[in-house]
Amino acid sequence: MTLAEALELSPVESHLHPEGSFDLADHPVPTGLEEIWRFTPLKRLRDLHQDAPLGGDDHTIEVVAAPGVTAVSVPAAESARGASGYVPVDRVSARAWAAATTVLEVTIPAEAVIDEPTTIRVHGGGIDNAGAGHLLVRAGQFSKAVVVVDYDGSATWAENIEVVVEDGAQLTFVTIQDWNDDSVHVVTQHATVGRDAELRHVAISLGGDVVRASTSADYRGTGGSVEMLGVYFADAGQHIEHRLFADHTAPRTKSNVEYKGALQGQDAHTVWIGNVLIRKEAEGILTYESNDNLVLTDGAKADSVPNLEIETGDIEGAGHASTTGRFDDQHLFYLQSRGIPEEEARRLVVHGFFNDIIRRIGVPALQERLVASIEDELAEHVGRIDA
Amino acid sequence: MATLEIKDLHVTVTTEEGEKEILKGVDLTVRTGEVHAIMGPNGSGKSTLAYSIAGHPKYNITGGTVTLDGVDILSMSVDERARAGLFLAMQYPVEVPGVSVANFLRTAKTAIDGEAPKLRTWVKDVNAALERVTLDKDFAQRSVNEGFSGGEKKRHEIAQLELLNPKFAVLDETDSGLDIDALRVVSDGVNRYSDQGDRGVLLITHYTRILRYIKPDYVHVFVAGRVADQGGPELADELEANGYDKYVKAAAEASA
Repeated sequence: MTLAEALELSPVESHLHPEGSFDLADHPVPTGLEEIWRFTPLKRLRDLHQDAPLGGDDHTIEVVAAPGVTAVSVPAAESARGASGYVPVDRVSARAWAAATTVLEVTIPAEAVIDEPTTIRVHGGGIDNAGAGHLLVRAGQFSKAVVVVDYDGSATWAENIEVVVEDGAQLTFVTIQDWNDDSVHVVTQHATVGRDAELRHVAISLGGDVVRASTSADYRGTGGSVEMLGVYFADAGQHIEHRLFADHTAPRTKSNVEYKGALQGQDAHTVWIGNVLIRKEAEGILTYESNDNLVLTDGAKADSVPNLEIETGDIEGAGHASTTGRFDDQHLFYLQSRGIPEEEARRLVVHGFFNDIIRRIGVPALQERLVASIEDELAEHVGRIDA
Repeated sequence: MATLEIKDLHVTVTTEEGEKEILKGVDLTVRTGEVHAIMGPNGSGKSTLAYSIAGHPKYNITGGTVTLDGVDILSMSVDERARAGLFLAMQYPVEVPGVSVANFLRTAKTAIDGEAPKLRTWVKDVNAALERVTLDKDFAQRSVNEGFSGGEKKRHEIAQLELLNPKFAVLDETDSGLDIDALRVVSDGVNRYSDQGDRGVLLITHYTRILRYIKPDYVHVFVAGRVADQGGPELADELEANGYDKYVKAAAEASA
C-alpha cells in the first residue's frame, strides 16, 4: 500500500488518533493538562518538552549486527526515515525529529532467517547535554529476525524509532531500559505491519528517573499481527510511563497487548495507557489488551487506563483488562504452608507474576537476564535469597 | 513417637456482623501411627480447625493451645509450622500463576529439609511421586494448580504429602469432588504415607465414602465447633446409617 492509499482511510475523529505534524509550531509547549501529558511529570523532563537544545553527543551507540543484517548510520537528509508513515504526534517527538542529524538504519534482507539477535547498545555518558536519536528498523518480506535496543548509563534522551515489518516478515523488537537512576528518556515508536506479517514488540523498563515510551502500530495489509509485551519495575521516585496504541487500519488484523509491572518504594509511579482503535475498514479483527500491576510497598502509585474505540460492527473479538493489587494473601499462605519462608514466598510470587510474559519473549539469553534483573530489584525491598 | 495435641481451642473469624466464634473448645490428641477421621455436617467448623492448625491469618485464636510434642505451634508463623512437621492438604488448593510445580516443590523441599535436595535423585523422586498419583510428568512444568481440574489439584496435594513427608498431615476434605478413580488414587497415597507407621493423619471429611479406602483408628463427630462424640471405626458406620441429625439436634438444644 502506498502512502496515498493509506491516507484514504476513513477519517476518524478520535482523541486516540492524534494529528501528526513535522512543524514544531503545531506542537505548543504542553502545560501538563493535555490528555497525553497529564500523567507525565513535566518538571522532571529537563525541558525536553520545551526548548532544551538536543545537540548533545555524550552518548555512544554500538551495534552488533547479526550476520546478514546491515546497520548503517545515514545523514538524516539522505535517510529513509518516514518509511513507517510516522508523523510526529507530540512536541518532544517533533523536536527529536528536527534535531537528529543521523538515522541508524537497520535492515534485514527479504527472506533472511536470522536467529542471532542484532543488538544496538545506547550508552549515555551524562545527563547535562540532551541528545536526540532516530532509529529505523526494516524487516524485508518473509524475513525473520530479532533486534534488541539496550539502553544504559546516564542520559537525557529524546528519540524516534520507526519499525517497518514488510509482508510475511516476523520481527521481534526489544527495548531494554536499563538506565542509571538519573536518566530521562522520552521515546516515540511507530511500527507498521505488512500483510500477514508479525511483530512481537517487547518493552522492558527497569531504570531511569523518567521513562516515557509511546508506541503505536498500524497495518498495511490484511492478516497482520502485533504482540506488545511489557515488563516494568519502578523503584522509589521513578516514573515509568508506557503509552500503547494499536491502530487497526486493515481487516483481519490482530493486536495483543500485555504489560505487567511491579512497584516498590515511596513515589514509585507507573502509567500504562492502552489505546485501541478499530477503524471502519478493519473488519474481523481480534484485539486484547491487559495490564497488571503488583504494588509491593506503600507509597507507590500505578495508573492504568485502557481505551477501546470501535467503528465497525464486524469484529472477531475485542477486550481489555486492568488489575492493580497487592500480594495475594492466599498465594503466600499456600506457599508458606509448604514450609517456604515468607520472604521467599514473596519472591516466588513476583517472579511468577512476571514469568507469564517473560517466557514468551522468545530470546533465552534475554529471559535469563530479565529474571536476574528482577531478582536484583527484589533484593531492595523483599529481601534477597540466593537460589 | 510424636504427639499433636489440641486443647480447649477457641477460634473466631471477623465477619461484617463482628467477631463470630467458630471453634468452641476443641480437644483432640493425635499421635504418630494413628489415623483420625473428623466427620461433621457443613458449617460445623471442620475446615476452620484445619486452617487454624496451619495458621491461616483469617482465623483468630482466642483460647486454648495446640502443641507438637509439647511445643506451642500457635506462636509460630505458617512456614515455621510446616517446617516443624505439619502439612495441610487443602480443600481448595491455591493457584499461583507463573510458579512452576517443579520450582515450587524444590523450594518447599529445600525449606523443609534445610538443604537443597540432590538434583539427580530429586527429579526422579518428583516424577515418581507424580506418577503414583497418576499425574503426567509434564505437570512439573505447569504453574502451581493453574488450570488444574479439581481432581488434579487434590492429587497434586497428595504428591506433595509424599514428597515432603511431614510428621502430621491434616487432610481437609481431600475426598470432596473426586470421582471414584481419583478417590482411590488419593486414598492409596494417604495409606502409603500412614503405612510408614510413624506418621499421624487427621482426615477431615463430610462423607463416609473415603473411609472405605482409608481405615481410621479413631472417629470424631464434629458439630457446632466442638467434638460431640468419638469412638472407633464403628462410629463411622453408625454415621453412615443415621447421619448427623441427633448430634445437630443435641447441639441446638444445648445452645438454646
